[in-house]
Amino acid sequence: MTVQVALFIALAAVAIVAAIGLLRAKNAVYAALCLVSNFGVVAVLYILLGAPFLAMVQITVYAGAIMVLFVFVIMLLGAEHLEHEDHLLLQGPLGWLLGLGLAGLVTFAAISANLSAPAELPAEVSANFGSPGSIGHLLLTEYVFPFEVISFLLLAAMVGAVVLTLVQREKKARRSLRNPQQS
Amino acid sequence: MIPTSYFIILSAILFTLGAIGVLVRRNAIVIFMAIELMLNAANLAFVAFARQFGAENGQVLVFFVMTVAAAEVAIGLALIVAIFRNKQSINIDDLHELKG
Repeated sequence: MTVQVALFIALAAVAIVAAIGLLRAKNAVYAALCLVSNFGVVAVLYILLGAPFLAMVQITVYAGAIMVLFVFVIMLLGAEHLEHEDHLLLQGPLGWLLGLGLAGLVTFAAISANLSAPAELPAEVSANFGSPGSIGHLLLTEYVFPFEVISFLLLAAMVGAVVLTLVQREKKARRSLRNPQQS
Repeated sequence: MIPTSYFIILSAILFTLGAIGVLVRRNAIVIFMAIELMLNAANLAFVAFARQFGAENGQVLVFFVMTVAAAEVAIGLALIVAIFRNKQSINIDDLHELKG
């Protein structure tokens, strides 16, 4: 067993334990922490796979921005302990059973798929494989249309998020205009 | 070097754990986190295959998936905040107004 395989197994174990911790955590903040550690481990795996740019994006966007948003909403709602007793007794075990079935199926498909390339990763890739420069070049040449579409999507998401959280305040203001003595 | 299949199997396991999370948890925020876990697992498979075939297109796709995930989280959390304002709860068992 080479050093790299040992490192991979250690990282994979941490990732899986963090994912299981996400499923079992009673407190939503603990779940968020488990997810952050999982994202960090996956970023290290990206570096192993020759994707340094994606590793940094993973840390800044996923483990940084997205998780801060999650923790912010958890704190805003005070929603750490909102989970109460399950009404459906059968659902938990059934979910795990179906999940294990899915795991077996996907793993079987992944192993039995006859990939037309060698099963081993090529030992060498070009020096700037996955670097910000080459990814950026691809983004602005071959993928320039999807890139523009995705920027529109982000704009739409931003406007949508603002509208979704603004609607109520506007309604309240209108209501208080109509009958000011009630407000 | 590490065989590609190891990465694919890890990706499958993480994806499955995310799917189980969606099935068994009742807290809407935790369900969202499980969905992020599934997207992340798919990204891992993309990067592994990009490395195997020596093509950077897979990494560009991962970039797009991350962008969509960020947009999805912004909208989803705004929806959760709006639901919480109306119902004082984000337990998805309490959201059954459309049930016949």
